Amino acid sequence: MLENVKDEIQGVLKKYPDKKSAVMDMLRIAQREASGHLTKEAMDEIAGLLGMPPVEVHAAAAFYTMCRINMPAGKHRVWVCRNLPCSLMGAEHIIKYLEKKLGIKTGETTHDLKFTLDTAECLGSCGTAPMMQVDDDYFENLTESKIDEILAAKGRES
Amino acid sequence: MDKVLLKKLGDPEAHKIDNYVKAGGYKALGMALKMPPDNIIQAVKDSGLRGRGGAGFSTGLKWSFIPKDPTIKKFLCCNADEGEPGTFKDRGIIDWDPHLLIEGMIIASYAIGAAKSYIYIRGEFALGAARLDAAIKEAYAKGYLGPNVMGTGFNHDMFVHRGFGAYICGEETALLESIEGFRAQPRKKPPFPALAGLYSKPTVINNVETLSCIPAIIERGAKWFSSIGPEKSPGPKIFCVSGHVKKPGLYELPMGTTLREIIFNHAGGMLTEKPLKAVIPGGVSAPMLTEKDLDTSMDFDSLAAKGTMLGSGAVVVMDSSACMVKTAYIINRFFSHESCGKCTPCRDGTPWLTNILMRLEHGEGKQGDVELLEGLCANIFGRTFCPLGDGAVMALRGALKNFRNEFEYHAKTGRCLG
Ligand SMILES: Cc1cc2nc3c(=O)[nH]c(=O)nc-3n(C[C@H](O)[C@H](O)[C@H](O)COP(=O)(O)O)c2cc1C
Repeated sequence: MLENVKDEIQGVLKKYPDKKSAVMDMLRIAQREASGHLTKEAMDEIAGLLGMPPVEVHAAAAFYTMCRINMPAGKHRVWVCRNLPCSLMGAEHIIKYLEKKLGIKTGETTHDLKFTLDTAECLGSCGTAPMMQVDDDYFENLTESKIDEILAAKGRES
Repeated sequence: MDKVLLKKLGDPEAHKIDNYVKAGGYKALGMALKMPPDNIIQAVKDSGLRGRGGAGFSTGLKWSFIPKDPTIKKFLCCNADEGEPGTFKDRGIIDWDPHLLIEGMIIASYAIGAAKSYIYIRGEFALGAARLDAAIKEAYAKGYLGPNVMGTGFNHDMFVHRGFGAYICGEETALLESIEGFRAQPRKKPPFPALAGLYSKPTVINNVETLSCIPAIIERGAKWFSSIGPEKSPGPKIFCVSGHVKKPGLYELPMGTTLREIIFNHAGGMLTEKPLKAVIPGGVSAPMLTEKDLDTSMDFDSLAAKGTMLGSGAVVVMDSSACMVKTAYIINRFFSHESCGKCTPCRDGTPWLTNILMRLEHGEGKQGDVELLEGLCANIFGRTFCPLGDGAVMALRGALKNFRNEFEYHAKTGRCLG
């Protein structure tokens, strides 16, 4: 599975004196390459490449919030920040609005497999609350109409 | 005070190396490479710079603990995990002025004799990681990184290590475990990282803002730096203001600016006509203050004297519409979510606190819940492996100390007071 990204992996391995240090980058790459989640096969493949016991790769993966194990995600991942600064500025309303708009509950994926909705405990964007992250990008000072625009633009991407 | 750390905030071209150099960037590196490393460490000591990651430890002193033996490999790690809710300052430097951090890191590495450095950036900061990767590439191309930096014979390689979502990675020894490929659980200290850090080698771990102060200290001198703000915690400081104010955002001000000035002169005052009810001065681990404390000087020692802390400089402002039970619940939920599971008081204690706070908040509290919270706090505080659990307790105790009546009212009636 990691065959197509060999060059990228070579670059990652070069950063560290010990191959094991590359495990987080490898998990990130594997997750990106496989519908936003990590399969047991992918983790075993990483273990083989890094010379680690598979159980250690699984343990590292299970530790980090951004790892998604054995649960394919929608094409776009949405995380709404809900810790204190965002909550003070209306995060709960933003979450409800997104749930209504997408027709799903937090933690679920839309039927067309376009969006997976989650919450996050502080994304470090507190001065521009409320905010959400969609895939790699931050969307800040959210309003209902801004959310409509963002979802429409993302939904159009094929 | 002219800006040192945030002078590029909002300038869409400033992150490029040509613009950085044009504005005088990498001049300090050239100056530093002509100095004996020990003189740099002395200058940083003399400047009075204290770590901006939260603990406020003397940066020069930390560097001086690194063994001088040139045959021992050493590392520098920059802590860009920025996870404390309310904090968004390091991102302000990384996104807009990545070369400032990189220049500071090269100088620090030269001072301690490190041939390699890593920037540990939280996984969610994709733009920041890309900015850093690009800036590092530019610095290599211009000879500020790589073999024979600026023709001086000093060699240095720098890498970005991206996190994957875990607040505990901000704790310095957990950060090292994470880079080494383990679950990010804190290590026992001693040995301290200065003797046995990354890959068991002597390692300095410093926050982004700390390292970004270094070029200005070299260029303008320790005296200039120590003349800004209070004698015992000098220098420029970034305050991250969020919550119920008109102009939330990042403000670079002299250390020791009062909370009142920050909130009312810089952040535009309260969002609506509702009055200020509580303010967290240093990220959610820091116990909250109230109206009567607004004239407190924002520096390490003055805040410690008030029973709270400067922490990461994250000022979260709450007006009278904020329920303190809900606030405490949200803060505690964060800590229990982020507890790494290594020690029992934190692993089991923080979710227990969260459950009680959740039922109080949802109107299902019981008589005695407030006392139960206090008892749990006593059994967590000071008994955890690292300060994460202490942070959870300090935050809750701060809320209980100032607003105990709200918690009791919730327990009795299931509703908010007032
Ligand atoms: C639970 C926990 C989380 C922390 N998170 C961060 C962080 O996100 N960024 C940071 O710079 N320091 C953080 N720290 C402090 C670091 O352990 C360390 O003191 C700091 O990086 C040292 O750098 P400085 O001396 O420049 O402040 C955290 C500490 C604890 C206990």
